[in-house]
Amino acid sequence: MNNSAASTSSGSGDVPAPRRNSNRPKYSRFTQQELPACKPILTPRWVITVFTLIGVIFVPIGVAALMASNKVVEIVYRYDAVCIHGNTKDEKVAYIQNANTSKTCIITLTVPKDMDQPIYVYYQLDNFYQNHRRYVKSRNDAQLKDSDKANDTSGCDPEKTTPDGSPILPCGLIAWSLFNDTYSFSIGNQNLTVNKVGISWKSDRDHKFGDNVFPRNFQNGTLKGGASLNESIPLSQQEDLIVWMRTAALPTFRKPYGKIEQNLRVNETITVIIQNYYNTYSFSGKKKLVLSTSSWLGGKNDFTGIAYLTIGGLCFFLATAFAVVYLVKPRYVLLQI
Amino acid sequence: MPGGRRRDRLRWSKIYTFARFWPTVGDDEQPSFHGGPSYSRTVHCNQPQLHRKKPFKYSSNYITTTKYNVITFLPKALFEQFRRVANIYFLLAAALSLTPVSPFTPVSMIAPLAFVVGLSMAKEALEDWRRFMQDMKVNMRKVNVHKGEGQFDHKQWQNIRVGDVVKVEKDQFFPADLLLLSSSYEDGICYVETMNLDGETNLKVKRSLEVTLALDDDEAFRDFTATIRCEDPNPNLYTFVGNFDYERQIFALEPNHILLRDSKLRNTNYVYGVVIFAGHDSKVMQNATKSPSKRSRIEKKMDRIIYVLFTLLVLISVISSIGFAIITKNKMPNWWYLQPDQTTSLYDPDRAALSGFLHLVTALILYGYLIPISLYVSIEVVKVLQATFINGDILMYDEDTGNHAQARTSNLNEELGQVDTILSDKTGTLTCNQMDFLKCSIAGVSYGVRSSEVEIAASKHMESEATGDDAGVYGSYEVELDHEIDFKSDNPRKPTIKGFSFEDDRLMHGNWAKEPTADTILLFFRILALCHSAIPEPDEKTGGFTYEAESPDEAAFLVAAREFGFEFCKRTQSSVFIREKYSSSEDLIEREFKILNLLEFNSKRKRMSVIVRDASGKIFLLCKGADSIIFDRLAKNGRMYESETNKHLTEYGEAGLRTLALAYRVLDESEYSDWNAEFLKAKTTIGPDREAQVERISDLMERDLILVGATAVEDKLQKGVPQCIDKLAQAGLKIWVLTGDKIETAINIGFACSLLRQGMKQICLSTINNVVAQDANKAAKESLLMQITNASQMINLEKDPYEAFALIIDGKTLTYVLEDDMKNHFLNLAVNCASVICCRVSPKQKALVTRLVKEGTGKVTLAIGDGANDVGMIQEADIGVGISGVEGMQAVMASDFSISQFRFLERLLVVHGHWCYKRIALMICYFFYKNIAFGLTIFFFEAYTGFSGQSVYDDWYMLLFNVVLTSLPVITLGVFEQDVSSEVCLQFPALYQQGQRNLFFDWYRIIGWMFNGLYTSIAIYFLSIGMLYHQAFRSGGQTADMAVVGTTMFTSIIWTVNVQIALIMNHFTWIQHLFVWGSVATWYLFLVAYGMSSPTISGNAYQILLEALGPAPIFWIATIIVTAACNIPYLTHKAFQRAFNPQDQHVIQEIKYYKKDIEDAHMWKREKSKARQKTKIGFTARVDAKIRQLRERLNKRALSTSQSLEE
Repeated sequence: MNNSAASTSSGSGDVPAPRRNSNRPKYSRFTQQELPACKPILTPRWVITVFTLIGVIFVPIGVAALMASNKVVEIVYRYDAVCIHGNTKDEKVAYIQNANTSKTCIITLTVPKDMDQPIYVYYQLDNFYQNHRRYVKSRNDAQLKDSDKANDTSGCDPEKTTPDGSPILPCGLIAWSLFNDTYSFSIGNQNLTVNKVGISWKSDRDHKFGDNVFPRNFQNGTLKGGASLNESIPLSQQEDLIVWMRTAALPTFRKPYGKIEQNLRVNETITVIIQNYYNTYSFSGKKKLVLSTSSWLGGKNDFTGIAYLTIGGLCFFLATAFAVVYLVKPRYVLLQI
Repeated sequence: MPGGRRRDRLRWSKIYTFARFWPTVGDDEQPSFHGGPSYSRTVHCNQPQLHRKKPFKYSSNYITTTKYNVITFLPKALFEQFRRVANIYFLLAAALSLTPVSPFTPVSMIAPLAFVVGLSMAKEALEDWRRFMQDMKVNMRKVNVHKGEGQFDHKQWQNIRVGDVVKVEKDQFFPADLLLLSSSYEDGICYVETMNLDGETNLKVKRSLEVTLALDDDEAFRDFTATIRCEDPNPNLYTFVGNFDYERQIFALEPNHILLRDSKLRNTNYVYGVVIFAGHDSKVMQNATKSPSKRSRIEKKMDRIIYVLFTLLVLISVISSIGFAIITKNKMPNWWYLQPDQTTSLYDPDRAALSGFLHLVTALILYGYLIPISLYVSIEVVKVLQATFINGDILMYDEDTGNHAQARTSNLNEELGQVDTILSDKTGTLTCNQMDFLKCSIAGVSYGVRSSEVEIAASKHMESEATGDDAGVYGSYEVELDHEIDFKSDNPRKPTIKGFSFEDDRLMHGNWAKEPTADTILLFFRILALCHSAIPEPDEKTGGFTYEAESPDEAAFLVAAREFGFEFCKRTQSSVFIREKYSSSEDLIEREFKILNLLEFNSKRKRMSVIVRDASGKIFLLCKGADSIIFDRLAKNGRMYESETNKHLTEYGEAGLRTLALAYRVLDESEYSDWNAEFLKAKTTIGPDREAQVERISDLMERDLILVGATAVEDKLQKGVPQCIDKLAQAGLKIWVLTGDKIETAINIGFACSLLRQGMKQICLSTINNVVAQDANKAAKESLLMQITNASQMINLEKDPYEAFALIIDGKTLTYVLEDDMKNHFLNLAVNCASVICCRVSPKQKALVTRLVKEGTGKVTLAIGDGANDVGMIQEADIGVGISGVEGMQAVMASDFSISQFRFLERLLVVHGHWCYKRIALMICYFFYKNIAFGLTIFFFEAYTGFSGQSVYDDWYMLLFNVVLTSLPVITLGVFEQDVSSEVCLQFPALYQQGQRNLFFDWYRIIGWMFNGLYTSIAIYFLSIGMLYHQAFRSGGQTADMAVVGTTMFTSIIWTVNVQIALIMNHFTWIQHLFVWGSVATWYLFLVAYGMSSPTISGNAYQILLEALGPAPIFWIATIIVTAACNIPYLTHKAFQRAFNPQDQHVIQEIKYYKKDIEDAHMWKREKSKARQKTKIGFTARVDAKIRQLRERLNKRALSTSQSLEE
């Protein structure tokens, strides 16, 4: 009982050789859509294997990520509320905007666990929309890179020129609103040096911010935004600016302030002298000081580990569920037509 | 039947009429003959210079069929492009991107649009260029034109003007519509082939006016002048009215004097003619209608989905802008870092409403990624590639004609997978249009021992039924069926002589003379040899003759007559010469028969006659015609053989043969001359009733006939037609046959194709011929309504699920049922019948029936045909398929697909249609999925930026997303995806129903994909944000900025959508692997390259992969988990569906995968037989019905035996 029905339809290869017609389509496996192909099918075995495999890969990654996150020691201190005088928002804003008031604020931090160097110092701002379109667009990369283009302030609205018309360098809202709180740390009487070199991307320093480009006319306008810049230091060394110019994706963000290259022991008390200049009070933004070690995965964040564990677990569950179901109700071939 | 069967009438109206008279219209009759508005054209023959200025300046002979020219191309093509609503949107967006409203740089908006539109326009330009080259080739053809002073010289076609005298030589095309002046034949006739006009391959005879016969050499045109007054240019190929003013006499012109452009001079050395209509005025150009542009259902639905997406776009834009306005008004005044006091109207807290409104525009552009810009162009590319696969399919290549299948319009590929009803022409489509003389009945004796195909098939059935028992139904059934198919295809009776399959020693080799009725047999052969309008053509190879006949059965008669020893060898104006040879020993005698009159065939008369005078001076009327007509006209003494002949006719009819009855009458001289005088008078009548007059007079003569016998010719089925119909029926397709043929022939063919079978209940709708009744219309309609209602009731009351009904209706009845108040009743009845056969249908009715089915059922219709009479139906149907066979090009030119054999339809639909449907459906779903997944991430990010319109992605990423990074994998999906291989498609025709039921593109599925997109966007966004929160993302303590977050998210998207497409695909060749994984690799390569470019270009993405992301484990970890999280639900869904709700292709794939088809042949067979649609037509249904019948009989027998035992 040979499968003769196929002969009515197939028999592709044995068409007689071409005799006369140039019209005859050329035979190739490609044109006849007969290229060798793998046709993966989700058979029960494959389904169970794939889900198990995902589980097997994901769970260890999740565990590793959680461990990494747990290893990280992090001190977060919110200082915007304690370092201000005044009760209402207006009072706070008036205080912070008054150039004559003292902004110095002293806080103490206790090290919860041993922290091995390097310990990264971050400032964290909340409710600050660095990702606002008006803000993100307000910069000019050419100007920062090239000393010849100092006058190129296109795109920097509304912080292009000083009232007398001279171009601002670095122009734009981002630079203008540069964060200007400063921190100095000490343990007991001993100062903790904060290394502020190397907190930015190397490529930024080398290629994006020129080493012969110096700030000019910066913060000379009627409205003073944030920090001023030392006009004798080239932009490539103004790392606070370089860091700040990398706009954050979310309204809550941290930016590196410096590194403490010294181990801290548990229960040590750190005194921080904060110069609380930066106005987040207008928009009720929080300011936090963060000291954190890092792991291979970066800072403290359990989300990655939990996500991996969840998905890995889900896959194990699915693998089991499918296995059970296949056992209980084995598939048999049946056309539904 | 008024206006019926155009093709027939047309053929016959052109025939060579031998009566030697040509009406010349005297001056006095002139006013009545012309002067109407349609006679406004004046042509000054041989004075083309007069046509250089008004009012005689007619269009030149230059033709152009291009859509554009150099100047109009840009505006017109752009207009075409921007008729698509999505393109308009992107154009607006690109224009707005030049203003500060835009969230993107102008280049990122303009570049993709320019690319997409440019590609489509390039395609248009290329196609138009090809048309232009084609036109130029035609325009540059050369022809001999009179230059004055009797000199002729070559001139290009495009330079010919109205009034030019041209000389066309043998086998050349006529450059314009010409009035024939003279030819190389003395009597001014010439033969033309009109294949390009009506698709008919037979030659037609044209003749000149007698007065111009003298103009038969170049010199004669030195001083020739004449004036033609005639109708305005019009598309009617078969009419022409006008007159010819020559030497102060006026002669009426007829269509027979006109040589139409694009027909070809044959068998004539040269002709002279004068140009009447040139270029676009010529009838063939007037006829060139642009075929209606068709769009597939999927594409129409796609438009609706785009509207849905637009709604979504507007919705989220409105949400965004409201959010933005609120935030701008309430919060932004506090955001000093934005300098809210020094702002433009875009961000003005004091005018928040205005800012909000402007932001709406921004948002509409920003979220534009929801609308897949490259969808149209990708689909176009995919369809063109699919079409090349269809064109290149070697299994749809016909060795005999050298034609391959051709997708003439590629935008209907996927529609091929959704066809519900096939409306098929018969002649040339189901049958070869080649007639074989098979049997005859002479003087009540039937001759011819060979059986017809139908008989062979029937006897085969009988045999198999006799051996068939009900054990092992599936197995035996398979074998039997296959056996039968093999038998049929492997056993072609190859006739040694084309058109002649007759075999009977009683008549052959002159043996007929020994028969007792030799006289009648002689008469029979003479009728065959004389009663026709064919032209003999000497065949140089064999020394014999081939015949150019009006219809293939006529040619078959002449071939038969020749084989019997009555060779028709010459025809002159007035005589027919026949070389007769009574027996093999005798010599040839050439006899001349004077043809006195020829009474033409038409579909109304259903007969033709010639009146001849033989050498001895006796006058005969020889007549052949439909049996019913002839029998009505028999004389009392002419009915000797009536009952036997009638019996034979029935037998022949059952055997699927086409029958004609032959009869004669002897006339005496006076009777004839009286009649002839009247006939001449009728013929010279001028006016609309001439035809009626001629008919009436003819009718008077064709009476009191003496029956001689009947002929039976076989209308051969095309190769593989029954098998193909069987498979198509199993695939769930309904097949309607629309034929111009008569009802009996159509039924015969229906049996031969298994569209009909014994035991099927035939419902014949017919009208009573009641010409007298005043409200004949009303009466006819009432009776029809009754018939329809009764039939519907019968069907509804039928309990037996296997009972099948066939509906048979003729053209006349159709005119009634196609009227508005009836057509729905008719349609309801028709769709309940297993097969529908419409006979005697005019081309117009074919189109109307097609429209009725298309609009009434709302399903996809496919019309297939080969001749000019099928053009209307081909254009009307959702898909028109032309058979590129023997009959010219008209149908093919109008069609969307052309194939050379009906049997290729199976592969075209069941394989290519199925694939293309699934490919396009999957592709579009995926397109929407990926754009929703991507577009919504932008929206979610907005919520975190105060709805300011900032995108988290670099402009360049967005630019590349649609155009480069995700376009090629989806194109490979659209071009190469196969759920099952072509062999499986053919073995499981029922898979085709997935397309008919539109399982892969219903709203459920589309919305499912949209939700998948929504889920994906949520997963991508929140997982990425969660992992790249404010903490350091690297061991070096760096925190993530917008570029890092955007790039990570974008990488995840690229991975997700590409893994998703890999999950969709069932079929991976190296091409898919290359493009899918290549796209992912391209992304990384781009990122490296982009990172290396100057930071003024790349901004914060400078060195991002190599420096920032590459070394960060979280970047890779995030990509992995996002990709997994996004695809696990789909994977689960797919696994679940396959396990618990498997679709047919899943099961088949698994059988193949486990190699069950090899290991477990029984199971494979069982599945295969289950995969057939329960069908009521086709071979299989026939066999099924027979098996049931046998079983019932067995049961009954068992019952009766048991009863008898009990007793």
